[in-house]
Amino acid sequence: MASIIALDRVSMSYSGTKAAAVRDVSLSIPKGSFFVLIGESGSGKTTTLHLMNRLLEPEQGRILIDGTAAATLDPVELRRGMGLIFQAVGLFPHLTVAQNIGITPKLLGWPAAKIAERVDELLQLVRLPADQFRDRYPAALSGGQKQRVGLARALAAQPKIMLMDEPFGALDPVIRDELSAEYRDIHDALGLTTVLVTHDMTEAFLLADQVAVMRDGRIVQTGTPAELLASPADDFVRAMIENPRKRARRLAEAMRAVSPP
Amino acid sequence: MNFSGGVTQEAWARLPEYLGQHVLISVCAITLGFIIGLPLAIAASRRAWLRGPAIGVASIVQTIPGLALLALFYPLLLALSAFTQHVFGFGFRALGFLPTLLALTLYSILPVLQNTVTALAGIDPAVKTAALGVGMTKRQSLFLVEIPLAVPVIMAGLRTAAVWVIGAATLSTPVGQTSLGNYIFTGLQTENWVFVLFGCVAAALLALIVDRLLALAEQGFSDHSRAKLIAAAVGLIVVVGASLAPLLGGETETITIGTKSFEEQYILGALIGDRLEKAGFETARRDGLGSAVVFHALEAGDVDVYVDYTGTLWTTQMKRADMPGRKMVLNQLSAWLANKRGVGDLGSLGFENAYTFAMRKDRAKALGIETLADLAAYARRMKIGGDYEIFSRPEWAAVVKAYGLHFATQRQYQANFMYSAVVDGDVDVISAFSSDGRIAKYDLKLIGDPKQALPPYDAVLLVSPRHAHDEKLLAALRPLIGAIDLNAMQRANLMVDRADDKRTPEQAADWLSQHLKH
Repeated sequence: MASIIALDRVSMSYSGTKAAAVRDVSLSIPKGSFFVLIGESGSGKTTTLHLMNRLLEPEQGRILIDGTAAATLDPVELRRGMGLIFQAVGLFPHLTVAQNIGITPKLLGWPAAKIAERVDELLQLVRLPADQFRDRYPAALSGGQKQRVGLARALAAQPKIMLMDEPFGALDPVIRDELSAEYRDIHDALGLTTVLVTHDMTEAFLLADQVAVMRDGRIVQTGTPAELLASPADDFVRAMIENPRKRARRLAEAMRAVSPP
Repeated sequence: MNFSGGVTQEAWARLPEYLGQHVLISVCAITLGFIIGLPLAIAASRRAWLRGPAIGVASIVQTIPGLALLALFYPLLLALSAFTQHVFGFGFRALGFLPTLLALTLYSILPVLQNTVTALAGIDPAVKTAALGVGMTKRQSLFLVEIPLAVPVIMAGLRTAAVWVIGAATLSTPVGQTSLGNYIFTGLQTENWVFVLFGCVAAALLALIVDRLLALAEQGFSDHSRAKLIAAAVGLIVVVGASLAPLLGGETETITIGTKSFEEQYILGALIGDRLEKAGFETARRDGLGSAVVFHALEAGDVDVYVDYTGTLWTTQMKRADMPGRKMVLNQLSAWLANKRGVGDLGSLGFENAYTFAMRKDRAKALGIETLADLAAYARRMKIGGDYEIFSRPEWAAVVKAYGLHFATQRQYQANFMYSAVVDGDVDVISAFSSDGRIAKYDLKLIGDPKQALPPYDAVLLVSPRHAHDEKLLAALRPLIGAIDLNAMQRANLMVDRADDKRTPEQAADWLSQHLKH
């Protein structure tokens, strides 16, 4: 399958920015795949994500978006064609829910009626009743509602690519599972390509088509969850996948103790 | 204290003009300060190297006392006006509105600048990332997200600026800008505490109302409340509109009367104003001007009529040190004013307000003292009291030299205390102004100056170059020439000076107009 995002031996070190360094990173993300970048904090996964929509620029190497060198594209146009979601959400506090969701279409010059229609459609998609939520300000939303609005905003201009940086990290476990499952459905229904950054291996295994494990700015291993489970590249990867396994076993034991089969 | 009811009435009568001018200058300065401060802050928040210098300079400006800042702009603009006159053939008014506007604008920049920079630096980084993430350019991020989010803090800065400017505008009186400060400066000089209080309360109320309305607007922005924003806007429009309405009257040419900052000048200003209005002129006042400021203002046409004293112009403007005698000084000054400066000199009003020396009548009689020469014999055993200036003025040096005066002790007093000191016998002799009403009140003996060591200080009526040949104006003023004798002036001054049965300068002027010599 053709790759929609390709990184070819990309390096970036930080001078003054808070971004973690990445070294010699090569990735090929197939169109329509759910791709998870996993690693500990400081491993360079957010940096890698921000290189894809040119919030950061590489020092070496090449990035191709849909076959075109990213460096030759207008960064603003590029970002309008991608959805970005991150843990802090970053809703604009001075704009209503509808205005937040409609911002990228507005920047693209859509007519107001079309924007309003799109906003209602998206609110329905992220399961927020439009009548109740359209005119609220972000301060009047719960954490889960904020992230739903963030998701709707990212999807507003019908992007083909979604970049997600620990999008569910700050949510309650119940809402988190609900929302991540819902998102996987949306991903499939809209035929998106999603790149998701997380440090939670369980989340990675539950969502991903492909996983890339990062450490100290380098890619340690890339593969499907099954491939990683079957043959971890080194002790570090093994330790990472061992953790959710251990938890799953313990949980299973605990469940059996309560209600034996 | 016993004030006649006319004082409060007089204060209310002046309110439309003073308030209108105060609001006009404040609104202009705040607007201009905002227009300069906001872009500067935005530029500074984008460029780190600009931030330090911009805030630094604005902070230094803030430490300059308001009065000093205002005073600085007058000579600066005067020089600039002279320059443009010379090079481009046109000058501009260096007095009043312009220097005040510049000084107050500078004052209003800092709070706007500082708050905007702080607000922009404090925007949640997640929101800024989101702005770029949704595809905004840096410019769009600034105008669609960062500035709107900073608005409540910027509004708070604007509020601070407004309160500062409205307060500082009361200091603009000495550079010729009418404001609520006119109450305060005039009141301080004439010990009219009703005026002082009136000015303070009016300025404070104005600041308070504007502050509350801007606070309402600030809340409207942070609560997304259109009702509050509309209420604040309507409130501000009403306050500003109502204050400015009285200024919109006639564009008829007005004659501006200048006064220096003491009661005699206010009385004469009122007297001149009254005569001109009876002759059909519109008049305006520029009260409490600095002694040198007022002459330059006359030359420049910012002031059309005022009273000065021959000795002052002789020494400060003509830079003469010789004393050719009273008549010669009058004539030479008049010729010099007309030929060199184009200023019209109508002549002496009939009295002198000179530096002189005074002592108790009984004591002078007992010692047989008539002149400074008589005094010299006793001086070594005597104490002299003076105002804050006299002992460092050239007049004192001239007297000491001419008569060989050496006193045992020299003391300096505030004017009121100086008179009680000589009456109570704490000092033997005091320096005085010859037309001061307190000389008559305390029945003091003025000591003669037969060697004419002190220059003459005849009160002369001066007219700006623009009106120097305006026959209608000159005709209206001419009856005042030679019409005021020293005794009448002293009594008029005393009416305003005294604590009991105090009169306003206007009332004293009224009395004086009925006691002219012809």
